[in-house]
Amino acid sequence: MATPSTYLDFERPVADLETKIAELQEAGGSVVSEEVSKLREKSAKQLKDIYSKLSPWQKTQVARHPDRPHFADYVEGLCDDFVQLDGDRKFMNDEAIIGGLAKFRGQPVVVIGHEKGRDTQTRIKHNFGMGRPEGYRKAVRLMELAGRFGLPVIALVDTSGAFPGKGGEERGQAEALARSIEACLMLDTPMISVIVGEGGSGGAVALASGNRVMMMEHAIYSVISPEGAASILFRDAKRAKDTAEAMKITAQDLEKFRIIDAVIPEPMGGAHRDPKTAISRVGDAIEKALKSLKDMSPDELRDQRKQRFYAIGRDGLPAAASAATRTPQRKKP
Amino acid sequence: MNWLTNLPPGLKSIFAKSDDGDGDTLWVKCPKTGELVYRDDLEASMWVTPSGAHLRMTPTQRMDALFGKGLWKEIPLPDVVQDPLKFKDDKKYVDRLKASRAKTGRTDCMMAAQGEIGNRKVVALVQDFAFMGGSLGMAAGEAFITAAETAVARKAALICVTASGGARMQESAFGLMQMPRSVIAIEDVKRAKLPYIVILTDPTSGGVMASYAMLGDVHIAEPDAMLAFTGARVIEQTIREKLPAGFQRSEFLHERGQVDMVCHRRDIPEKLASILEMLMPEQQRPRRTSRAKAEAER
Repeated sequence: MATPSTYLDFERPVADLETKIAELQEAGGSVVSEEVSKLREKSAKQLKDIYSKLSPWQKTQVARHPDRPHFADYVEGLCDDFVQLDGDRKFMNDEAIIGGLAKFRGQPVVVIGHEKGRDTQTRIKHNFGMGRPEGYRKAVRLMELAGRFGLPVIALVDTSGAFPGKGGEERGQAEALARSIEACLMLDTPMISVIVGEGGSGGAVALASGNRVMMMEHAIYSVISPEGAASILFRDAKRAKDTAEAMKITAQDLEKFRIIDAVIPEPMGGAHRDPKTAISRVGDAIEKALKSLKDMSPDELRDQRKQRFYAIGRDGLPAAASAATRTPQRKKP
Repeated sequence: MNWLTNLPPGLKSIFAKSDDGDGDTLWVKCPKTGELVYRDDLEASMWVTPSGAHLRMTPTQRMDALFGKGLWKEIPLPDVVQDPLKFKDDKKYVDRLKASRAKTGRTDCMMAAQGEIGNRKVVALVQDFAFMGGSLGMAAGEAFITAAETAVARKAALICVTASGGARMQESAFGLMQMPRSVIAIEDVKRAKLPYIVILTDPTSGGVMASYAMLGDVHIAEPDAMLAFTGARVIEQTIREKLPAGFQRSEFLHERGQVDMVCHRRDIPEKLASILEMLMPEQQRPRRTSRAKAEAER
């Protein structure tokens, strides 16, 4: 198990133990190895304790962990022959959303996703994973390509939201997002969306309107960032902990609400502690989802998406408060 | 109809309960010039002040403006699960709903109605900003789907008059999910070869802009409406500079190619009639009757 470069606040007890282990190992000696294995056990137990009951706000921090595998890591771990395709053919190439052709476990696909970047330089290059209109127009272009050549689409979502910039507004950020949602829903081929980190608002749903929508165990998905909600509702961004709680943003809650189809378990202590395992589990889940959709015609796939999204809020929740007064059109003939 | 409705207009407005939320005053202040405008004059001018400020309207007033006074029939909307998240900030979400219901007399922010514009069948959806900022939640999403389904069933055009701050935070992901849900509903209208027209009014932003507000066959914006994805304040905080005057206003969006036209409220019905006449030629009544006759004779 890899030692993370950064510990989150609530991981302090584990961090302390792991520092101790490192110190002991440096000192060396025969007594040490027994002590080290004891401490290791203790640290593993501690980690399990912490991660089995993460609060929504703690999960938010895990979802944003700097060492968490990103789009580039997933492509490298799951795909061969990745051919990156750039640009929206209208204005520019947005590096916040990357995509292209690839062989996913032998099968040609189109893969699209947000890339946040890993260090200062790449974070700036990828605009911290916050897409501009051009990124979403590139996604639309690639989805159309996939449809034309019968290739499934894999979308990996990891964004705090679409970029709130001046230029983006001028060039139709809203229209670009709407078109991207439309492209997902109208696609002729299967589309699998996985929220691997942050699923922030319209910028996320623009790539998460597929036939199957899955989330990693510690990923989050919400209408607005906890900080954004806190600054609007409480006029205090510091109350993000409360809004993270109230908005029910965790994979577990969203699976219960049937907003997502499955939760992909992460290695103990989060995807950042064992990226390889995390990536291969995501691959397994995608493979399984693709298999289940493979015999469906374009119309069946579109209809499946319609049924899937229309069912949200109608099924699996306690019945409407007052007597059902659904319009006649609603009832299936 | 009661004794109040029979009073002379001046006296009536003293008694009449205002339904646009800004009090029972005889005079309304124009937000553009500060000029005081007589309420009855405003009503006659579709709530546009003499200086051209397009004031917000209630859904009922909007339906009257679109179809002609009383020439429309409300479409019943489905009930939805209330407060699925048991959401609470400073106030409980259910209490906010109660307050908005008391204020507007409506269950949620969407109203749907059917009628005719220029001889063409139309289903209209109107979003009420006075109801929790017109925010898009499950109720509005189901309303949208119902209206779209009604349009398809009746072979009517779908017209949506938007006014919203975006997806409803108090419903979080359920609010967010109304974006793809409304897009699917629109696609069904489009696949039925029926027009979907958006009338953008002040203010429309966020998740509403990023879904059904920007997918119309035709986009008509009212003058000087604030239309945005991200609000100006958030952008200014992000880029740390002041946005120019007129940024994210209708005229700006028109200049940037996001809307087809900026149209005075008074002229919208006529404009819609022209568009619908050309997009729905088969619904022209005389032709349809003659064809039906010809078919019957065959």
